[in-house]
Amino acid sequence: MKKEKRVLTGVHFMQGNYAAVEGALAAGCDFFAGYPITPANEISERMSRRLPAVGGVFLQGEDELCSINAVAGASLAGAKAMTATASAGYDYLQEGLEYGVAVEAPMVIVDVQRCRGENFATQADIMQVHWGPAGDHEMIVLAPSSVQELFDFTVRAFNLAEEYRTPVVVLSETTIALMRERLVIPEPDAIPVMNRKWTDKTPETYLPFKADSPWGVPEFAGLGRGYHTIYSINPHDERGSIEWDPDAFERLYTRIPLKVTKNRGKISTVQHWRADDAKAVLVAYGSEVRPCLDAMNTLREQGKKVGVMKIDAPWPFPEEAVADLSGRTDLVVTVEMNIGKYAGEIERACRGRCRTARVTKNRGMIHSPEEILESLKEVL
Amino acid sequence: MAAELKNAGTALPVNPLRKYVREDRMPHFFCPGCGCGQVLGSFLRGVDGLGLDLDRMVTVAGVGCTARIPVYMKTDTLHGVHGRTLPWAMGIKLHSKETKVVVFAGDGDAVSIGGNHFIHAARRNLDVLMIVVNNFNFAMTGGQVAPMTPAGAVTMTTPWGSGEPPFDMCALAQAAGATYVARTATPDIGQMDRMIKKGLSHSGFGVVEVLSQCPTHFGRYALGSGSPAKLLDWIRGICVPKDLADAMNPEELKGKLVTGEFVDVVRPVFRGSSFVADESAGKDAEEA
Repeated sequence: MKKEKRVLTGVHFMQGNYAAVEGALAAGCDFFAGYPITPANEISERMSRRLPAVGGVFLQGEDELCSINAVAGASLAGAKAMTATASAGYDYLQEGLEYGVAVEAPMVIVDVQRCRGENFATQADIMQVHWGPAGDHEMIVLAPSSVQELFDFTVRAFNLAEEYRTPVVVLSETTIALMRERLVIPEPDAIPVMNRKWTDKTPETYLPFKADSPWGVPEFAGLGRGYHTIYSINPHDERGSIEWDPDAFERLYTRIPLKVTKNRGKISTVQHWRADDAKAVLVAYGSEVRPCLDAMNTLREQGKKVGVMKIDAPWPFPEEAVADLSGRTDLVVTVEMNIGKYAGEIERACRGRCRTARVTKNRGMIHSPEEILESLKEVL
Repeated sequence: MAAELKNAGTALPVNPLRKYVREDRMPHFFCPGCGCGQVLGSFLRGVDGLGLDLDRMVTVAGVGCTARIPVYMKTDTLHGVHGRTLPWAMGIKLHSKETKVVVFAGDGDAVSIGGNHFIHAARRNLDVLMIVVNNFNFAMTGGQVAPMTPAGAVTMTTPWGSGEPPFDMCALAQAAGATYVARTATPDIGQMDRMIKKGLSHSGFGVVEVLSQCPTHFGRYALGSGSPAKLLDWIRGICVPKDLADAMNPEELKGKLVTGEFVDVVRPVFRGSSFVADESAGKDAEEA
């Protein structure tokens, strides 16, 4: 096998699933495990060819449970590890994610959302990807809306996973995963890559779950290096020792969510289009941002002051950004490809400061701009 | 009381295996008479005898009584998800090939919830030793029926006796492709020591099944006695050494479990895609 370049710098016309693979490789991914499921298969297929060619390991697990737990094991051994699946497969991953959260193992999961049992477009996993795993946690979830963002956000997912030592989900969709469009991959030097902080302490002085603040991230030692850490899902103290004391329990399960929510402003970035003077703002994440922009342009041509806010990372919830928006506009409209799950969160965060409305549908296909315009007639 | 100790005031001999034990985790949480401590001792004697470096070893355990064994030894340990020990081990082993990985699992963890992973680890010949402590029931959860509970046994979820035939885990491992398969029992410490030591030095997927006593649950409910001694006697009674079993007919073997080594072979270990990639990298070099 010929060794290949890890970063395919250049301009490509590429499928979204492939872009996620290239993003992972650019971020330093060296372990991937997956189980076949449509419409995520191209991720495994490309990984199986590309990863060994850059010195990494590909594994097709016997099921999703194998894949996610192999990813957890590899991560604790020091790997940058990833798995990919589609909605139904994500159900199984939650067990491993619960473990990853508890032992603070960096890992990346791509969930290509699909309708129940079929491969139509949807955003129905928006709650599952956050609240699915048992136990208290704050999941980091990035929602790309283009092939380019599938690359960029996968790089970012690895970086966030390493920085905060936690699982990070790339919430993809059938729509963009199977779409082909222009992708620009920068030079390797221009791609920011972050690595977890490895400890320089000795095994005698190292405390594997001690952070420098109540929301801090512990230094990492890795398996098989003489640090004798117990990575237990059970409540554990700073030594990693299984601990039933309520104070230790509270300390751990406060710090783990806090290390994400304390940095919400940095993680859950938003983008605005023509929102400064807007009387109404369409709020969306993932592929639904695209018809929103189209609808906004049409409405602006009609003289209606409409803007768009795109949520890059739906979780942790961008509380401040939505609150700020609701104080500056008259109407917030959540556009979503499900029965209206995230809309509830948006409306809660608006707290009655403005009117709210929803444009939601669950028909296995993305909104057309015309559908959004039609829905807005009643509220604008 | 202290005055009655013969060697009070003098230094007590220190168990040579104590250096491998996390003393800050003591006292351990096993029930009185449990076999898990014997398995821990046997494992540490194997480590000591082979001169293995615990600093370079990772022990893996899921959920249950057996899963607490690694918590008491000075190794890196993954703990606490039911049945996923082998996927964890696979991730570790494929990423860091030099790390020695040993899995400790109860019978439920290994072949009930973890059954699919078990057969695939055997098929692949994952380079991991799996020590399965078979105490014939789900013990930590209170004594429910398990895949290796004898037919007819009363447990907390089979109050009228189990209507299910039990697994022969070693036969399963052998059929699926494990390269070292052995069954032993806690009453025969010498044999257990030999098999675990051999498993530790084996390259490939090794399975050592240890028949072990659970006086608290299996003993009380299935056998009507919480006495560890009576349970050890019962285990002794159902064990048949492989040499003798070869000469016995199926009727005579009914309700018995054969002990001994069933498989000891060598074949290439699983390395994920890196195996094929390395092989073809070699071919490329030769062709060039």
